[in-house]
Amino acid sequence: MHFEHEIEGGNFSQAGFASSEIKKVLKQLNINIKVIKRVVVALYEAEVNIVAHAYHGKMEVDVDTDKIFMRLTDKGPGIENIEKAMEEGYSTASTEVREMGFGAGMGLSNIKKNTDELYITSKVDKGTTVEMTAYLNRE
Amino acid sequence: MGSIKTEDKKLTIKDISVTLDAKLVCTDQSGPLTINRAFASDLMSDVLRLDEGDILLITGLANVQTIRTAEMSDIHCIVFARGKKVTPDMIDLAKENNMTLLECRYSVFKTCGLLYKAGIKPVF
Repeated sequence: MHFEHEIEGGNFSQAGFASSEIKKVLKQLNINIKVIKRVVVALYEAEVNIVAHAYHGKMEVDVDTDKIFMRLTDKGPGIENIEKAMEEGYSTASTEVREMGFGAGMGLSNIKKNTDELYITSKVDKGTTVEMTAYLNRE
Repeated sequence: MGSIKTEDKKLTIKDISVTLDAKLVCTDQSGPLTINRAFASDLMSDVLRLDEGDILLITGLANVQTIRTAEMSDIHCIVFARGKKVTPDMIDLAKENNMTLLECRYSVFKTCGLLYKAGIKPVF
C-alpha cells in the first residue's frame, strides 16, 4: 500500500500533519504498536526537518507485509556535510525552530534510533532525500 | 513495555490537578485514567526519544508541536508549567487525540517536586 503527503516548508502549524495521517492508517492496519511508534517518531522528525529547513517536500510511505519503507524528499538548501549533520548536538536550525521545541541536533539521531535502515542523499541548493525502512518482525 | 509493579502509586487526573492546583483545560474519558510515571522537558526531540508511552509530560513549551509530539509518543496527559497557556488550536488537536491538558502556575521544578512527592515515578 502506498501513501503520499505533501509537506509545506516553513509552515510550523501544520508540521506533523502528514505523520499523524500515516499513524492513523498504520493503526487501522493493525501494525504492532511498538513498530507504529518507531515509524511515526522517525517520520515526524523527518517531517519537522523539512518544515524547518526546506521550501517544499513530499512524504511517501509504502507498507508491505514485512516492512514499512518511507521516503521524504525535499527541495531546499540541502545538507553540506551529512556525516556532521548526523552528529548528536549538531544543528543549523533557526531560532524559530528552537522555539518550537526542536533544533537541538537530535532529529537525525532519533531517526536512526527508530529505523532499521537509513539512507540520506543531499545536494546543496537542490534538496535532500531521506529513505528509511522499518521491519515489522524486528523488535 | 515494562510491567508495572504493584507498589507503584497511581494518580488520577483529579489527584494531579489537586496536587498542582492546576486548571484542567480539556479531558478525554477514553484516555488512561491513572498516571504513575512522568517526564519533564521543553525539548521535544528528548520526548520523542522515550521508548515508553502513557506517561505524564511536564513542559513549559506551549505550542501545537507539543501536542503533536505527545501524539507521536503515545502520551495522553500534559501539564503546562510556568503559567503557560494552552491555545484553542492546541485544545482542538488534543481532543482529536484523546488527551488531557492541564495548566499549572508553578515552575517545572516545583511541579516535578510535588508530583514526585505524591508518588509519581520518573521514566529514568
